[in-house]
Amino acid sequence: MLVTLVVLATTPLWLSQVGLYQYLAIEIMIWMLFALGHNLLLGYGGLPSFGHGAYFGIGAYAFGLLQLRAGAGLLVGLVGAVLVTAVLGALVAAFISHRRGIYYALLTIAFGQVFWFIAGKWHSVTGGEDGLLNIKRPDLSLAWVDVSLRSNQAFFYFALAVFALALVGLWRLVNSPFGRVLRAIKQNEMRAAFVGHNVWLYKWLAFTISASIAGLAGALFAMAQQSAYPNVMSLHNSGFVVMMVLIGGGLVSFWGPVIGALVFILTRDLLGAYTETWLLWYGLLFIVMVLFQPDGVAGGWQARRARRAAVARSGHNKLPLAAQARET
Amino acid sequence: MSVALFEAHQLHKRFGDQVVLESISLKFEEGQLTGIMGPNGAGKTTCFNVLTGRFKPDRGSVHFAGEDITGLSPRRIARKGLSRSFQIMNLFDDETALDNVLIASPGVRRRGFSMWSDFARDTAARDAAFTVLERVGLAAQADAQAGALSYGERRALEIGVALATEPRLLFLDEPTAGLGAEGTARIAELIATLKRQLTIVIIEHDMRFLFGLADRISVIHWGQVIAEGTPDELRHNPWVQRSNLGMLA
Repeated sequence: MLVTLVVLATTPLWLSQVGLYQYLAIEIMIWMLFALGHNLLLGYGGLPSFGHGAYFGIGAYAFGLLQLRAGAGLLVGLVGAVLVTAVLGALVAAFISHRRGIYYALLTIAFGQVFWFIAGKWHSVTGGEDGLLNIKRPDLSLAWVDVSLRSNQAFFYFALAVFALALVGLWRLVNSPFGRVLRAIKQNEMRAAFVGHNVWLYKWLAFTISASIAGLAGALFAMAQQSAYPNVMSLHNSGFVVMMVLIGGGLVSFWGPVIGALVFILTRDLLGAYTETWLLWYGLLFIVMVLFQPDGVAGGWQARRARRAAVARSGHNKLPLAAQARET
Repeated sequence: MSVALFEAHQLHKRFGDQVVLESISLKFEEGQLTGIMGPNGAGKTTCFNVLTGRFKPDRGSVHFAGEDITGLSPRRIARKGLSRSFQIMNLFDDETALDNVLIASPGVRRRGFSMWSDFARDTAARDAAFTVLERVGLAAQADAQAGALSYGERRALEIGVALATEPRLLFLDEPTAGLGAEGTARIAELIATLKRQLTIVIIEHDMRFLFGLADRISVIHWGQVIAEGTPDELRHNPWVQRSNLGMLA
């Protein structure tokens, strides 16, 4: 965890030297946050949500609308965006939490499409296809000091702080009784019910929390892009976050989504610079991953470590054997 | 006559046009070990599923500790102190044996919505879970992944998870299914130590196993209770005699 945060925190020092730019780090971090929240459902709950872009988008629109219509500042806007997403997420969760597997996935897609459609068509509120423009990055007003977040670097540090808080929170969450029961439900929903757990409530809460985190990421994204538009809510975008989680190895590791988001955005930027068809290559990479390394980057890393440990153990066992051989 | 801990009255259950349970009435006395036996397809497991809330009965009632629990969800029934194991293994395969028991413990159930405390650091709950593992003879396998245990160990863990909820009444669905003679003997030994500590109901078609353990036995066939009594009484029952139990006589 420290490594991730230190690497991220120092990006302003070295990012431009390796030919990248600060804004990229912001976007990567936002996607990491989104993917981490998504993985709470997919990796820990075994609940496939393929419509999660909607909550990312709702967070972005909510932040924008709170600022443009109600003049909300930074913290009110962020908290408000998270609350709005949480309420809508909770509502959707209430409809889907008695389902699992493919039916769960289909329902999440359906609800995702509903929100996407609303965002695209409700011109008077969402600005339709054009979205909301001119969303500002409000100043951070703490008790004694005002900090402008207008520069990418300042905003980066603010986003990093939010990210760090969410990261610690999620880490605690997945290792708390709640997280462990959620994991147990993924493995065996029926048994979990028969030992007395309220399976529905766990699933409902997991979705609501996950949607709220998507909303937080979306609100940051609205600040980063200084706009909110329906595209982020598309099925497309919802698919990206699933791919990030899977490529990174979210099914086997907390850090999977972090790796996955990094790989995805870097691929997009680096490949995207060479070819318009970067998504084609990324798609192929995804197929290869799923075929040969279904547990993702993190899974590959764990398997490698397990193999090394096994080799070390067997080497250890050989010693007495060799000693025996000498004696006879 | 005293009121039994658990009483099912005239249960009726059908799937489509197939009647699986036809007016089943059962009574389990506190502290006793009751066996339910019958041939394959007699409705034993369906009966268990209705008694433990997995299916709702079409007619009839189920009372536990004086309370009507007919049609309650498995979760609510479990919380009242009724626990069950499964014929087909139902474990949390990716978790360690210890965590399997821990997740089922009332402590974790109570604190399940605590999102900030550390699951791994609750030593009191871990100690309790370890004690359960000791009871089912799996203390040495505490840190092994449930999915990686041997078949016999998984059978024992299946009982361990059911015990972890600290039930008053424990239902065991074919605890020896798929086990060889040695494994069956080990499970029999385990159940013998649990006997008298809590009320137990076992479904089994291994009659020798059941006759050795049970205080009372109910025989289910064609969705009905066709015979009831102590093992001794049942030895003289014509149905039991006909169904190749000569070895027990």
